[in-house]
Amino acid sequence: MLAYVIRRVAQGALVLAIVGFVSFSMFRFMGDPLENILGQEATVLDRQELEDRLGINKPVLVQYFKFMAGALQGEFGVSYRNAIPVAEVIAERLPATLELALVSGIFAALFGIALGVYTAIRRDGFLANFIMTTSLIGVSLPTFLIGILLIWVFAVELGWLPSFGRGETGTMFGRPSSLTSWSGIRALILPSVTLGLYQMTLIMRLVRSEMLEVLRTDYIRFAHARGLSSRAIHFRHALTNTLIPVITIIGLQVGQIIAFAVVTETVFQWPGVGSLFIQAVQFVDIPVMAAYLLLVGSLFVVINLIVDLLYLVIDPRLRVERGAGAH
Amino acid sequence: MNSQSTSSEAQAEAAAPKGFLRRAWESDIAWSFRHSPVAIVSAVVFLVLVLGAVFAPLLAPYNPFDPSTLNLMDGFTVPMGQGLGSGELYWLGTDDQGRDIFSTILYGLRISLFIGLMAVLFAAVLGVTLGLIAGYFGGWIEAVIMRVADVQITFPSILIAMLIFGIARGLTPPELRDQMAIWVLIVSIGLSDWVYFARTVRSSTIVEAQKEYVHAARLIGRKPGAILRKHLLPNVMGPVLVIATIYLALAIIAEATLSFLGVGAPPTKPSLGTLIRIGQDYLFSGEWWILLFPSLTLLALALSVNLLGDWLRDVLNPKLR
Repeated sequence: MLAYVIRRVAQGALVLAIVGFVSFSMFRFMGDPLENILGQEATVLDRQELEDRLGINKPVLVQYFKFMAGALQGEFGVSYRNAIPVAEVIAERLPATLELALVSGIFAALFGIALGVYTAIRRDGFLANFIMTTSLIGVSLPTFLIGILLIWVFAVELGWLPSFGRGETGTMFGRPSSLTSWSGIRALILPSVTLGLYQMTLIMRLVRSEMLEVLRTDYIRFAHARGLSSRAIHFRHALTNTLIPVITIIGLQVGQIIAFAVVTETVFQWPGVGSLFIQAVQFVDIPVMAAYLLLVGSLFVVINLIVDLLYLVIDPRLRVERGAGAH
Repeated sequence: MNSQSTSSEAQAEAAAPKGFLRRAWESDIAWSFRHSPVAIVSAVVFLVLVLGAVFAPLLAPYNPFDPSTLNLMDGFTVPMGQGLGSGELYWLGTDDQGRDIFSTILYGLRISLFIGLMAVLFAAVLGVTLGLIAGYFGGWIEAVIMRVADVQITFPSILIAMLIFGIARGLTPPELRDQMAIWVLIVSIGLSDWVYFARTVRSSTIVEAQKEYVHAARLIGRKPGAILRKHLLPNVMGPVLVIATIYLALAIIAEATLSFLGVGAPPTKPSLGTLIRIGQDYLFSGEWWILLFPSLTLLALALSVNLLGDWLRDVLNPKLR
């Protein structure tokens, strides 16, 4: 078991080392940042001055150590595009992304489990069948089309909800947050539904099929025979037994949510790190791209590690000494 | 039994000229196709879209890339309306510059399909090659290839595609960026998806490499390259076809997403995603047709390929996931 934990941690460290290497290579060897900032009409003097300021005329090795040491302290250099420190921009925008990801994750889990249970219990009901069919189409829709569709219906035609921005933000944990005001919460609804819809469908289908399997087992039949209410059977006995794979899926999907936050943030002009990254790609703003890569990379490594360790807690078979390959 | 088989052989010989078509018609795949309305409808939709894309220059009433044919006075013509300047009829309306939406969709479809197909081809060639090598040679080569695959698979492929696009953009000189964008897209999406091909091919190669015909080939002294190409490749291609169909849908959506985000096909060569990006700007001013029709086309394309892929997966290999 200890060997398993050590191997997983080592694997995570390796991934991080590779991500760090890619990130530094981008930072150092790509494009001509001077031309990007100054344009083609700059004088030689301008170029030299900027070279000194950005430190890209020093030896590669020096730059590498500077980069790694800086990254460990949350220091990623200066954005080529607007000449502010990258760490500052990211610190300003990260809370918005985390808030959006968190709210859509909660939305996906709550509605996914509720609809999954419903469609499993009312297996042949009209509404259950309707939900299942719609979910199939929902999965095939690209995220950005879902976002546009929601904007069209709820912002343009009905005018119920705002289509962009975070609304009024108050302060929560020392950071601006949309959850503190009514207009902020209203602004959160469409983006988080857009971002969480795919995961919601996924969880719903998983819960449904697991529920259907559990409902067929003997202990559920005995529970019925013992005269327990169907509410107690469905929620206390059946649902709790389906939650193990659901938790795993939720964990693994956190990465997907972070990735597709890039899309959702662009559609809804949400001021998070995702839209920052897309702008960085458009303008070839390498320090921002490199920092985002390192940030998201470490996030994924941590999430995967947590999920892997959760397997240990959930699946006792893994705790017995076993060779390679958890999945 | 014996006489039956010879008589059916005689029949096949008698029908030699149309033997192939007939065998295709009577095969399991064709049977299941004929009995699956979903597959038929998807195939028809997909075929119509492909034909529209291939023959876009013939079918499109206007050439959207030729500024001399544009009439600015025709701008924002509603669907089935006549342009104010030229008085011509536009089936699906026009955009702000008087560009015919129907024509831009046909050309956009062409670019979307081209990028999708090429990206999947690239991913398949790369993935199958690396999968064969990893599965056949094993050892440190396999360890390196599969470790890289493991690391890559931790990241969602859309993020990887964006990142590769950004890196490639940084490496191309600014004046060439728009021209190179389509090829850069193909490489980015292809590189983000090779892992899935490599994993499947590797595992089937390991199984196949244990079989007698491979041992026999090795005994008569065939070189590893020839064994991989001539003996192993044909026997691991079955699942590859299924993965390719599934990833075609994903590649088309990935391309549309990147183009929608403004990190894909340039406005001078718009794909469906670029058209939707442009159309989104007119959502609030009421010109809904600029957005709606490209979106519907993308939806039809993605859905038909998706459903065809699902069907093919069930028919060819029920055990594959």
